[in-house]
Amino acid sequence: MSHTSAPGENYLTGPKGLKSWLLTVDHKRIGLMYLYTVLSFFLIGGIFALLIRWSLFSPDHKFIDANTYNKFFTYHGAIMVFLVIIPAIPAALGNFILPMMLGAKDVAFPKLNLASYYIFCIGAAFAVSALFFRGADTGWTFYTPYSIRTNTTVILVLCGAFIAGFSSILTGLNFIITTHKLRAKGLTWGRLPLFVWALYATSIIQVLATPVLAITLLLLIFERVFQIGIFDPKLGGDPVLFQHFFWFYSHPAVYIMILPAMGVISEVIPVFSRKPIFGYRAIAYSSFGIALIAFVVWGHHLFVSGQSEFANFLFSLITMFVAVPTGVKVFSWIATMYKGTIRFNAPMLYAFGFLEIFTIGGLTGVFLATLAVDVHLTDTYFVVAHFHYVMVGGTLMGLLAGMHMWFPKMFGKMYSEGAALVGFILVVLGFNITFFPQFILGAQGMPRRYWSYLPEFTFLNQVSTVGSWFLGAGFLWTAIYMGRALFSGAKAPDNPWDSKSLEWQSPSPPPVENFLHEPVVTEWTYEYRPSKA
Amino acid sequence: MFSQAYAAGLPIAASDIASRWDSLYNFLVWLSVFFFILVVGGMIYFAVKFRQRPGARAKYITHNVLIEVLWTIVPLILLMVIFVWGYVVYDDMVRPPSDAMEVRVIGKQWLWQFQYDDGRTTTGEVFVPVNKPVKFIMTSEDVLHSFFIPSFRVKQDVVPGMYTSVWFEATIPGKHQVYCAEYCGTSHSQMLAQVVALTADQWESWKSGKQLLGEIPKAGETAVAKVAGSSDAVTTSQGTTLVKAPNLIEQGQKLAMTRGCVACHSADGSKLQGPSWKGLYGHEVILSDGKKQKVDDNYIRESIENPNAKIVKGFAPLMPTYKGMVSELEMNALIQYIKSVK
Amino acid sequence: MSQATVTHHHAHHFASADDEFEAAKQGMWVFLVTEVLMFGGLFVAYGTFRGMYPEMFHEAHKMLSVPMGALNTVFLITSSLTMAMAVTSAQKGLRSRTTGFLAATFLLAGCFLVVKYFEYMHKIHDGLLPAGFFTNHELTNPKAPLFFSLYFVMTGLHGVHVLIGMGLIAWIMIKNQKGYFSPAFYTPVELVGFYWHFVDLVWIYLFPLLYLVS
Repeated sequence: MSHTSAPGENYLTGPKGLKSWLLTVDHKRIGLMYLYTVLSFFLIGGIFALLIRWSLFSPDHKFIDANTYNKFFTYHGAIMVFLVIIPAIPAALGNFILPMMLGAKDVAFPKLNLASYYIFCIGAAFAVSALFFRGADTGWTFYTPYSIRTNTTVILVLCGAFIAGFSSILTGLNFIITTHKLRAKGLTWGRLPLFVWALYATSIIQVLATPVLAITLLLLIFERVFQIGIFDPKLGGDPVLFQHFFWFYSHPAVYIMILPAMGVISEVIPVFSRKPIFGYRAIAYSSFGIALIAFVVWGHHLFVSGQSEFANFLFSLITMFVAVPTGVKVFSWIATMYKGTIRFNAPMLYAFGFLEIFTIGGLTGVFLATLAVDVHLTDTYFVVAHFHYVMVGGTLMGLLAGMHMWFPKMFGKMYSEGAALVGFILVVLGFNITFFPQFILGAQGMPRRYWSYLPEFTFLNQVSTVGSWFLGAGFLWTAIYMGRALFSGAKAPDNPWDSKSLEWQSPSPPPVENFLHEPVVTEWTYEYRPSKA
Repeated sequence: MFSQAYAAGLPIAASDIASRWDSLYNFLVWLSVFFFILVVGGMIYFAVKFRQRPGARAKYITHNVLIEVLWTIVPLILLMVIFVWGYVVYDDMVRPPSDAMEVRVIGKQWLWQFQYDDGRTTTGEVFVPVNKPVKFIMTSEDVLHSFFIPSFRVKQDVVPGMYTSVWFEATIPGKHQVYCAEYCGTSHSQMLAQVVALTADQWESWKSGKQLLGEIPKAGETAVAKVAGSSDAVTTSQGTTLVKAPNLIEQGQKLAMTRGCVACHSADGSKLQGPSWKGLYGHEVILSDGKKQKVDDNYIRESIENPNAKIVKGFAPLMPTYKGMVSELEMNALIQYIKSVK
Repeated sequence: MSQATVTHHHAHHFASADDEFEAAKQGMWVFLVTEVLMFGGLFVAYGTFRGMYPEMFHEAHKMLSVPMGALNTVFLITSSLTMAMAVTSAQKGLRSRTTGFLAATFLLAGCFLVVKYFEYMHKIHDGLLPAGFFTNHELTNPKAPLFFSLYFVMTGLHGVHVLIGMGLIAWIMIKNQKGYFSPAFYTPVELVGFYWHFVDLVWIYLFPLLYLVS
C-alpha cells in the first residue's frame, strides 16, 4: 500500500487558523499541542537543571543562596515529573500514534481528549504560577511535615499536580477504551504493535494509581488550609503515612514514565533490524507483569523511614521481582538484533542509547532494592543518578527515538541524519558524564538536595556539571536541526523506514481522518520476512 | 588520606557491618559490570556484525522458548540470592546488641543535639567509645531528618513524635562524618555533625569530664588526640561547651516529682492510680482490650502525650495529656528514668 | 462524544451507534474505578487511624447524630431507586415520566444536602472541627480532632460528588425535556445513572463507618 497524499488534504493543512487548532478534536493535532507544551516545560525544567548544576560547580562558589537552590530543585523535579516525563510519550506521541496504529479515525472520546489537554494546561498554569509568588521548596515529593510548615506557596504546585493528574486519568481512560473498541478489522490483540500494549498497560496504571495521588495531594492541601492534621505529628497525625500514600502513586508513576518508552523501543528495533520482534508475547505480558508488581512495591522508598522490619523484608523481596520482566524485555531487544540487517538511522541510534542507559539504570535499581545496600545509598546522589538513568535516560531516549521515528509521519518532512548523529553523541555522552559520577558521589555518601557539600566531593561534582553542558548543547542542537527540518526538510515518503505498522500505510502527513481507505489487517505487525536488502 | 579513603569509591569502612556491606556492594558492582557487558557488549557486537550490507538477509526468528525460560529463571535465582544476602546484613544493621550504650539524639532545624546518660548534652559532636556497640535513640523537634553516618553505612530517618534508632560499633577511632539525609529546609546541607569515636583511654577521660586536648583527626588519619587534666567544663575541638549536669536518670526523677507523675505512679511496685514503673520497661503489659503491648520508648512517649490510647488492664483512663508540656530533652530524661526503675 | 442534534448520529469514528454506546459505558466504568480508588485512599486513612486509636473512634463517633445520618441514608437509597426508574423510562422513550423521576432524584439529593448542612452547622457550633480548629471541650481524647478531620474530608468530598450529581441530573433533565433522548439514544441518562448509584454506594459505606462505630 503506497499512496501519495493529495496536496492540501492533510491534517496540518486542513482547517486553518488558531481557533481551528485550539478547538480541534483531532487526536493528531492534540498530540502535537501536547508535544509543544511538554517540550516548552522541558526547556524550563532543563534551565533549572543547568542552574542547579552550575551552583554545584564548587562547594563554596554559590551564585544562588540556599533557599533559592531549594526552590530550583523543587521546580526542576516537579516540572520534569508532572509536566514532562509523565505526559511526554503517552499524551504527546501516544495521542498521535495510538489511533493510527489501531487503524482508527480518532480516539474513542475526542472531546474528552481535548478537555484532557486543557486540564493539563490549567494544572501546569497553577504549578508554574508558584514561581511568581513565594515559590515552593519542598522537593517534588512534598514530604510532611515540612510541606505543611514551609511558608512558600507550595499549595499552588500541589493544586497544579492535582489538576494535571485528572488529565492523566482521562487520557488513560480514553486510550483503554480506544484500544478495546476501535481496532481495525483483523487487528487482533495478538497482532497489536507492542507500543499499543505498552500504552495500554500504562493507561491501566494511570487510571488506578493517579486517583490515589489526587486524594493524597488533596489531603495535603487540606492540611495547609484546614489543618486536618492527618499527616501532622503536632496535631496527632502520622507524617510517615503521607509517604505511603505518596509512593503508592509515585512508584507506579515511574512505570507510567518508562513503559511507553519501552514500547517505542519495541517498535524501533524490529523495523531497523528488519526482523520480527523476539519474544512478542513475553514483551507484551512483561508490561503487565511490571504494571501489576508496580502497585505492591511502594514501600521500598521507605526502608529507613521507620517502617517495620517485616514490611521492609516484603517490599525488598517483591521489588526484586520487577527486575525479572524488565530483564526479559532487555534480553528480547538484544535478541531481536541477532541475525538481522541493522540500519543505523537516528531512531535506532537512540534505541542503542536507551539500552546503554536503561541497563545501567536497571542494574543500579537492584542495588537499591537490596535492603542493606539501600540503607547506605538511599537519599544520596546514588539515588539521584539511578532515577535519572531510568527516568531521564530511559524515558527521554524513548521519546527521542520516537520523535525521530515518527517525525516524517507527523510533519511529512525528513531531518538530516548527520545532524541527528551529532545530537545523539552529544546527548548520550553528556548524559553519562553528568550522571555517572553521581553514582560514585552517592556511594561516597553525598546526600541529595544539598546546596553545599564537603570539599572532597568537588571534583566529581565539577565533572557532572561539565557533562550537563554537553547534555544541554545536545538538546539545543536537536531543537535546531528538528526546527530546521520542519521548515526546510526534504519531503518525507509515506513509509520511509519500510515499517509494517498501520500508521505508515497512510500518507505523510496523514489526512484528517488518518487513512484514505479503511485499513484491514491480515498479518502480525512484525511480519518482517527475509528479503534482499 | 583523602585518596585512601575515597579511592575505592566508598568511604572508610569503620565497623564490622560496614565491611560486610562493602562485600555485598562490591559483589553487586561486579555482577552489574558482567550484565552490562553482556547486554551492551552484545548490542554493539550484533550492531556491527549484523549491520546492513548488500546481499545480507535477515533471519526470520520470532522466539525461542528455551532461551526465554533461561533468561527468566537465571536472573530470578540471582536476585533471590541478592535479596537474602541483603536481608541478612540488614537484619544485623537494625538489631543492636542488648548491652549497647545509649545516647539520645534530637534533630532540629538545623543541628543535631546529643544527650548522654550522665546528663551532659553536646551539639554537633557526639562522643562514643570505639569497639563498643552504641545505640542512638532519635527523635525530631520539627520536621523529618535522617541520621546518616557513611563510614558505618547506616542511616535512619528521624521522625517528630516518635523514636527511631540506629546502632553501630566503631572499629576505627577518630571523627566520622554525619549528614542529615532527609531534606529539611534552608540549611539542610549544613546540618552536619561528627561521631567522635574515642580510644579506651580517651573514652575514660571523656567520661570523667576531662578535656580532650588536641585535634581529634578524621577517622583513618594519623594524628593522635592527647588527654589532659580534669575540668568541669570541657571544650571540644568544635568549641562546644559541655556543662556538667545531674545525670539523665536524676533529671528524670526530678521531673517525675515536679510534674506530679509520682502522685499516681510509684517506683517501688505499689499500685496507685496508674501502673508502677518498677520493672515496667522492656516487659509486656496487658491492655484493657486484652492486647499485649511491649513497653518501649515509643509506648512511654505515647502514654505521656496520649495517655488514654493504650490503658493497662485494671486501670482507669484518668491521666490528662502532657502533650506540648514536656520538651524533647525532658521527655528523654523521663523515659531514661522510667527505664532505670527496675 | 457526539454533536447534540435531536436525532442522534453516532460519531464518525465508531462503526455503529451500539459501538458508541458500549464505548461510553465502558468509559464510565473505568471512570468509576478511578473514583473508587480516590475514595479508597480516604478509607485507607480511616482504617489506619481507627486501627491505631479504636477507643478514640468509639468516643468521638457519639458526637454524630445517627437519626440524621439514617434519614440521609433513606434519602439517598430512595434517590437511587428513582434514578433507576428514570433510566428505565428513558429507555422506553417515556419522556415526561423520565423528567418526573429525574426531578424526584434531584429533590432527594437536595434534601440530603439540607440535612448535611444542619449537621455541619451543629458540628461547627460545637467546635467539632478538623484538628487545627478543634475547640470542643467535651471530648477529652487528644486524638479526637482527627476523627472530625476524617469526618469532614470524607463527607465533604462525598457532598461535592452529590452536588456534581445534582448538576448532571439537572442537565439531562433539560436535555430530556428538549427531546434529545429516545430508546435509540439515551446514553447520558444511563451514564448519569451509573454515577449516581456510585455516589449512593459511597454513602452506604460512609454511614456505618462514621456514625455506627461499634
